[in-house]
Amino acid sequence: MSLATRRTALAAPALLALAMGSATAEAEELVVYCGVQEEWCQAMMNAFTKETGIQVAMTRKSAGETYAQVKAEASNPKGDVWWGGTGDAFLQAAEDGLLAEYKSPKLAELHPWAQRQAADAQYRAVGIYAGGLGFAVNTEVLAKKKVKEPACWADLVKPEFKGEIQIANPNSSGTAYATLATLVQIFGENPAFDFMKKMHGNVSQYTKSGAAPAVAAARGETAVGIVFMHDGVTQGVNGFPVKVIAPCEGTGYEVGSMGIIKGGPNPETAKKFYEFALTPKAQETADKAKSYQVQANVATPLSPHAPRLEKVKLIDYDFKKFGSAAERKRLLARWDDEIGSLR
Amino acid sequence: MFRSHLLWLIVGWIGWAITPWYGFASSRSRPLLGDWPPSGLLAGLDDAPWLLPLGLLLALPIPFVLTRSRHVGAALIAAGVGGLVWMMAQGSAIGLRGWSWPFLADLFGPLAKGQAGMGFGAAATAFAFLFFLTLGLAARGAMKGDRFTTGAIGFLIASIALFVFWPVSTVFSQAMLPDDGLSGPMALVHRLTARDIWSLGCVFGNTRCGVLWNSVVLGTACGIITTVLGLAFALVATRTKFPFQRLLRLLSVLPIITPPFVIGLAVILLFGRNGTVTLFLSEYFGLTATRWIYGLPGILLTQSLAFTPIAFLVLIGVVQGIAPSMEEAAQTLRAGRWQTFRRVTWPLMRPGLANAFLVGFIESLADFGNPLVMGGGYEVLSTKIFYAVVGAQNDPGRAAALGIVLLALCVGAFLVQHRWVGTASYTTVGGKGFAGTPAELPVWLKRAVYATALPWAAFTFLLYGLILYGGFVENWGRNNAFTLRHYITDFGLEWGKHGLVWTGRAWNSLFTTLEVSAVAAPLTAAMGLLTAYLLVRQRFAGRAAFEFMTMLSFAIPGTVIGVAYILAFNQPPVELTGTAAILVVCFVFRNMPVAIRAGVASMSQLDRNLDECALTLGANSAQTIRRVILPLLRPAIVAALVYSFVRAITSVSAVIFLVSARHDMATSYIVGRVEIGDFGLAIAYSSVLVVLMGLAIVVIQWAVGERRIARPTAHTPTARPREVAA
Repeated sequence: MSLATRRTALAAPALLALAMGSATAEAEELVVYCGVQEEWCQAMMNAFTKETGIQVAMTRKSAGETYAQVKAEASNPKGDVWWGGTGDAFLQAAEDGLLAEYKSPKLAELHPWAQRQAADAQYRAVGIYAGGLGFAVNTEVLAKKKVKEPACWADLVKPEFKGEIQIANPNSSGTAYATLATLVQIFGENPAFDFMKKMHGNVSQYTKSGAAPAVAAARGETAVGIVFMHDGVTQGVNGFPVKVIAPCEGTGYEVGSMGIIKGGPNPETAKKFYEFALTPKAQETADKAKSYQVQANVATPLSPHAPRLEKVKLIDYDFKKFGSAAERKRLLARWDDEIGSLR
Repeated sequence: MFRSHLLWLIVGWIGWAITPWYGFASSRSRPLLGDWPPSGLLAGLDDAPWLLPLGLLLALPIPFVLTRSRHVGAALIAAGVGGLVWMMAQGSAIGLRGWSWPFLADLFGPLAKGQAGMGFGAAATAFAFLFFLTLGLAARGAMKGDRFTTGAIGFLIASIALFVFWPVSTVFSQAMLPDDGLSGPMALVHRLTARDIWSLGCVFGNTRCGVLWNSVVLGTACGIITTVLGLAFALVATRTKFPFQRLLRLLSVLPIITPPFVIGLAVILLFGRNGTVTLFLSEYFGLTATRWIYGLPGILLTQSLAFTPIAFLVLIGVVQGIAPSMEEAAQTLRAGRWQTFRRVTWPLMRPGLANAFLVGFIESLADFGNPLVMGGGYEVLSTKIFYAVVGAQNDPGRAAALGIVLLALCVGAFLVQHRWVGTASYTTVGGKGFAGTPAELPVWLKRAVYATALPWAAFTFLLYGLILYGGFVENWGRNNAFTLRHYITDFGLEWGKHGLVWTGRAWNSLFTTLEVSAVAAPLTAAMGLLTAYLLVRQRFAGRAAFEFMTMLSFAIPGTVIGVAYILAFNQPPVELTGTAAILVVCFVFRNMPVAIRAGVASMSQLDRNLDECALTLGANSAQTIRRVILPLLRPAIVAALVYSFVRAITSVSAVIFLVSARHDMATSYIVGRVEIGDFGLAIAYSSVLVVLMGLAIVVIQWAVGERRIARPTAHTPTARPREVAA
């Protein structure tokens, strides 16, 4: 008697069948961890399903949360693709061997920064969008206080901005860590820490989440928020008096990334998604979903709202060095020591 | 032969020989019926021979049970212990890809195939072995041979070990991860003594204080405030003739049925620098607009709003349960109202007050949403832990160390509470009847109670009005034009070609949320009250340790629990991630402590004589619980059900890690909206949740019913007999 017939012979009580409940059919499917904001996540997944007919199960989490989850799940991964979220987390996941190596034939179509991210991650991740750091400024608050908008990093230590600056805490937020790394790269490490110590007097609050200063600036709770420029733009488009400024000394940027999770349940489908995500068609979904990052594919039309990165003085950000666990730990410890512990 | 012996034998055999052994609903589960997954027996014959010995162990007690042998107890214990040990051993030794530890492969040679996580069959078999053990112990005379009590204790200890102790120890063992060239124990010491935990710089220097002190200050203040407010509400609701008691009770419960962040948002929009109240004050009184609300004041305000109702729920059962006969006796002895209150009522409330304070303190320490929104520069342990896990540091060792500190704080509070309550007797509900008119409060106390409760109620009312309003305007605080846009985006419905289409973005998570909560709530209440019964009524070795274990999952912040659950339940032997079951389990064990506290507080008031009467009259302990204790515990049941239902809907931090695409929860959607400042959608969704939870509370109240302890008063001649006598 074959095993199959023995199994059928023992076909079980209906109650247990009910309990087994939602067993699914063998349709092609994909599990995506999405790290950008909800609306864009939805739009992107819908676009992929429309294009391929493959159903996507998507969960939205911040980059840090996804990293923690992928790491905890490493012995038995449940996700296929990690799409979107700040590049540092991807570099770290690549360093930890949590992501699978994959070289897309579309790499050549991408902006140089996206290709460099792939190279930095040993092709375990690739850049999909970029956004520069800048100031989100509430023009109404500044007008009321009769203070001129800050144009440079150096302006932020001026006394008229006392209590008017918000930035996230680099221990909790990738945005703030990118700012810290940017300042170190522009001014050199010791002057950068001196600058941050002086700016500390003007900072009213180190928020937990990276985009929170943009929300606070929109609501008039602070005059200046140091954030990724596209987060500021979103607030402006939502009808708040927010202006976005790129600092005159130059600024750093993030490369939002994508990677295939190593050992995930649907590796072949994951590659299909990966390829689709690098096309202009996929990347156009951002603008419609009010996300104004610069997209990786050169052929993707730039949103009219998006901050023009070519007009911004971008520094030559060393993602490899500042994304490494050791350097990050050292800088954060120094920040904690010299700035975080100040009253 | 007892029926229960036979029952668990049958369950064990069905579980091992018929029911599919592996997998609950893993994402890779096979389609049903066409290919029925093998049972333990079949898998054992096929390619998992290590499952076969379980059959022998299941067979072992059969002859003893059937022949009613004297040695049935010993046989059951042997089979139970053997079965449980064998199941654990094979489950942890053989994982997805063969042997879990290399030395086993060296010993026995490599395995062709590993095994998946345990499923329904394995669960049924494990239950059978567990109850073999407890039945065996009962047969040998443990707990006076009471099979129900031994079974309940065994069940609770096993489930707490599996779902609390194991995941928590997994995550805490990470505090020992070697770091920076430090060995395990040294790294632990280094992490535990970090300056940002213990520093007293704000007192003695110009730096910030350690996060521990911040948490202690916040938790203590929050515990005191919520207890006082909760007591005031409980007194108004039971001891005064306040005309709008029902409305007051509703208002006092509103904040716990509010999803996280929403109260914080409303408070910011009122008291933030650009808030309505702040602008009004600066316009008309010339006060400078500041950010005073961010930091300790803001956290305290929002936490007090959020947790007062919990204190109220704990206290109302206690205040109601204080039988007026004692107060009457005092007054007959010519004590004044104040003396009666001070010497009789107040001491009788001590277990309630202590439990309310403990819950407030621990809730405040574990709360994460409010410090996140209102915290400003004020760091507390819970947020620090969250960002140690998910933040730019990505340092699980540090998170675990901070978690240990937080846990130690909660344990400290727990011990202090124990000491304060002491061993005095708090029973007031006995078998004797009494007339049901509680003593009036002293006049000035009544005034004080009104003065505390009413403004707070008004404030809550105002906040909720605003929140409701916020869902209907374009952009709260900016553009106040009326719109239904947010509701349509969240809860849109359209008629499509094939009938109704649920186009709203929130439907999916709403249904999952309601489903999971509806399953979790009764389980939580049942397990919590059962635990409370054992703690108050039964004496057994290790009771104190048992009580402490039940508090463990409550005192640990959700983030840590979330990560712990992934670490423990993402791979065999118990693989639950990605299912709805993991959400249910997480909620049950996280919220059980409140059910336990409410149960303990109420049950300490019930006279043991009542149980003893029932027992003397021939009832067993299960019957005693059902017919005597449960009806007297109605307020505690309501509290437990309401709390666990609502908490399952509104909790965030643990859930963030446990939701999956198919099982998404409402709060993770709301948090996403709040993060980008899209308050309208978040508020619209929250308002709908508030209404739904409100309805659920009404239904729960109605279904459980009121407790009637007092003899009906004279003007209701068609009185029904008291329940106690039933």
